[in-house]
Amino acid sequence: MKDLLEKHRPVMERHDMALAAGADAVGLVNDRILSPTRAIIGGREVILAGTNNYMGITFEEDCIEAGCRALREYGTGTTGSRIANGTYAMHTELERKLADFLGRRHCIVFSTGYQANLGMISGLAGPKDTVFLDADSHASIYDGCTLSGAKLSRFRHNDPESLARRLARHDPQEGGRLVVLEGIYSMFGDRAPLKEFIDVKREHGFQLMLDEAHSFGVLGDHGRGLADEAGLEEEVDFIVGTFSKSIGAIGGFGAGNHELFEAIRWASKPYMFTASPSPASIATSICAVKKLAAEPWRRKKLMENSRHLFEGFKALGLELGCDEVSPVIAVKCADEPSTVAMWNALLQAGVYVNIALPPGTPGRTYLLRCSVSAAHTDDDIERIIALFGQVVKGQGQDS
Amino acid sequence: MSASRDEIFATLSRLLEPFNPKGVALKPDTEIAAELNIDSVGVMDFIMEVEDTFDIDISLNVLSETHTMDDLVRVVEERLKRDTP
Repeated sequence: MKDLLEKHRPVMERHDMALAAGADAVGLVNDRILSPTRAIIGGREVILAGTNNYMGITFEEDCIEAGCRALREYGTGTTGSRIANGTYAMHTELERKLADFLGRRHCIVFSTGYQANLGMISGLAGPKDTVFLDADSHASIYDGCTLSGAKLSRFRHNDPESLARRLARHDPQEGGRLVVLEGIYSMFGDRAPLKEFIDVKREHGFQLMLDEAHSFGVLGDHGRGLADEAGLEEEVDFIVGTFSKSIGAIGGFGAGNHELFEAIRWASKPYMFTASPSPASIATSICAVKKLAAEPWRRKKLMENSRHLFEGFKALGLELGCDEVSPVIAVKCADEPSTVAMWNALLQAGVYVNIALPPGTPGRTYLLRCSVSAAHTDDDIERIIALFGQVVKGQGQDS
Repeated sequence: MSASRDEIFATLSRLLEPFNPKGVALKPDTEIAAELNIDSVGVMDFIMEVEDTFDIDISLNVLSETHTMDDLVRVVEERLKRDTP
């Protein structure tokens, strides 16, 4: 009999090698969280620069108060699905508030961001349809496509021409066509060239879903994401987002104007067959959505901090994931051992960033991935730059 | 345009070069991902090259049943026929 777990032995060996070099890069334990930008890890206080906490909104007094109140009034969990006993007034209130914030008629809340992509894609596309997805799409988009049973066509990253060629080969009579893009790609921090993709949409015709996981709250005059920033919201049929980044909670959402949008609730297993988000999480999310609208200074500060870090890294001569300023800033490294060594040295020196390795990265790159927060101070950013200067240049970056 | 199986095999071999740094010899029964040690994303990148070179579509769904060079030659051949009026 073939042992089921034996196939994972090489993965375990790779993990053991990383462990031999220092801390557990993919299983790091935060002993205490002191603020949106500070934690105690391994007995040492470190600056957090890899948490996707873009708005720095996880320790707001009013959000915490709302969460505590919800715990007391509604209990610790809903113990049921949205289509059974798991819909509370606060779930529908959050859906209404988000729809208003996004300027969309409909919004559906899911229990995690991952499930939002699973639920939306499998709710939109079926076995007779085709999903066209960007090569660098997040794993939740790939998994949503698999769950949908649709035919999958993968086009080159951020390449509207590559999408157009695939659409031209596809017979529109064969079924519906869903194109999935991301506002900000999570590894390199680059945006989708939305206008060019919309040009392809006008020529070939398809329905467009934009995952604003990393751009919701971050981009645009209203903080609604890339479509807001690009002034193309009307061309984007469906928006997906998450509460685990700019909202500082956990959960996700899908939104749109389609008259049949609400049907996705009953066509989407990741919506139906899981417990609804817990009361505390929903209550803090409602509070955070209000803050996104009421406190545009957070977006401004985030972009200032992002530019500061981006320019600091450029001045160090580091090779970055993309050439535009975004709150995701990835430093490219030479190989796995040097990336693991640099990640450990940064942690020892007092800054936590994400380590990202193939096959989870675009183009088989080895990355030290930073995400910037509105809660970082100018001194924090200076310190992160200085530590990268010491550690990364000391080890020799990809050159 | 109709390409012979040998021609398709030769083109696939050329496209596989960047994914085959150790230069594993390619035969019809070579298991592409397993024997060349290409990870899941690498396989998808290779298939994208094949699609663009032959101007055909190979849906990612097909990959779970396409393992060897010969499997892939058949898929390409079938797609090329389908697109010929």
